Amino acid sequence: MKRVVITGLGCVTPIGLNVPEFEDSLFHGRSGIAPFGLFPEAVEESNGLRFNQIASISGFDPDQHLASGVTTATNRTAQYAIVAARQAASQSSLMQHHAPEDIAVILGCSTGGRSSEEAETAKLYYRNARVHPLTVTRTMASAGASHVSIDLGITGPVFTLSTACASATHAIGLAFQMVRSGMATAAITGGHEAPLTWGFLRAWDSIRVVSPTSCRPFSADRDGMTLGEGAAMLTLETLDSALARNATIYGEIVGFGMSADATHITQPQSAGAAAAIRRALADAGAQPEQVGYINAHGTGTQVNDAVEAAAIHETFGPLAPTIPVSSTKGLHGHAMGATGAVEALATVLALRASQLPANVGVTQVDPTLNLDIILDQPRPADPTRDLALSNSLAFGGLNAVLAFRRYAQ
Amino acid sequence: MQELDIERRCIEIIAKSKLLPAEAVTRDKTFDELGIDSLDKINISFEVEEIFSITIPDDALGSLRTVGDVVDGVVRLRQSTSIESAAPTR
Repeated sequence: MKRVVITGLGCVTPIGLNVPEFEDSLFHGRSGIAPFGLFPEAVEESNGLRFNQIASISGFDPDQHLASGVTTATNRTAQYAIVAARQAASQSSLMQHHAPEDIAVILGCSTGGRSSEEAETAKLYYRNARVHPLTVTRTMASAGASHVSIDLGITGPVFTLSTACASATHAIGLAFQMVRSGMATAAITGGHEAPLTWGFLRAWDSIRVVSPTSCRPFSADRDGMTLGEGAAMLTLETLDSALARNATIYGEIVGFGMSADATHITQPQSAGAAAAIRRALADAGAQPEQVGYINAHGTGTQVNDAVEAAAIHETFGPLAPTIPVSSTKGLHGHAMGATGAVEALATVLALRASQLPANVGVTQVDPTLNLDIILDQPRPADPTRDLALSNSLAFGGLNAVLAFRRYAQ
Repeated sequence: MQELDIERRCIEIIAKSKLLPAEAVTRDKTFDELGIDSLDKINISFEVEEIFSITIPDDALGSLRTVGDVVDGVVRLRQSTSIESAAPTR
């Protein structure tokens, strides 16, 4: 099977509207989580929510990037996807070197064009108003992948997949498998999500897993996650292809593991997560000793962080406390179906810079987890351990883990 | 509302949530015994909040272990001077 490398990066996130901004925020611990004001839909003087912080994107103007017809036809979720994909495609010059029919576009998205759906449904239900004719194409979950293929002229395999919080990780994993096997010569892959609507926030409020204070992964007194949005994209191709055209290589994907807990729709199980981690390592042909960083799913809920820590211990045994771990959700929030891609981007940048991002937001580390949580400042990577894992452990027990390796010429 | 009515209504809500016969749901029963997990507890609390027009704080939710805890909690919240409606108003 072929080696698969990353030749382009792109993102639209609460901590950067492009990769240089994102990287700067990542390594300077600059969080995009902030209080939000009163929603226009709120019927009282307060939002009536238990939480008051989200990780939202500001300063993104679709008209700066897209033709007016495209802006009209798309929800923000697809707009984020198009812009992030363009950044990655442009950086990699992918379209100049690969036939459009040989490129795959595989994106993760779990909520589709939610804001469009809510706005039109509200008008219908409250005023029996007509529904805008573009509602179908704005809201369908596959709109992002379709628009990326249209924008770039890609005619190969193009689809969206949805596995809640693991969507983008599954997407990148499948794209990796397709390029590795030769089904595609290259891929644009990642995730996009723009879910921060009134209905979405109220729904998450009801299930009581959003932090009423702040997102503090792996903290002893952690009390929930912070919701976010955004998009991140990677371009993948074979190592041979990248070397032949002298492309800049940002990193390598070496393994992908998947599993399902098959137990509960919200409660994670460490056995399932551990299985996905082990399968990623096996797929990479790697030994546990080679792992020098884990970008955790680390949502900041009591349950997730404890279960994930248990899974790390189940997989790595006595090595577990020696592997540096951080969750970057304290910076960019939990962007649902896009989160896996944002965290893949963070992991790739970390390996490339040989700097491991700190676990921003932690107050006091939970000692019962017995993990080496990276605190305060980014930590220099161990040059002898050049593998990193990125975990995504989704609602419904769907687990996906990517294994990356620092690429050295 | 009388405390006995509150108990009866709470038992109805809990029994319905897990399709249990009402007579199987008694004050002394723990959620573990009734097969009620944390997601079930959130669902039950949501129903209880709607029916009794109360708000169950997150930390109180975490401390609910038995049917009796739910009943006593509802009685306490209804007696409280700061009763807050949990249901969104239109």
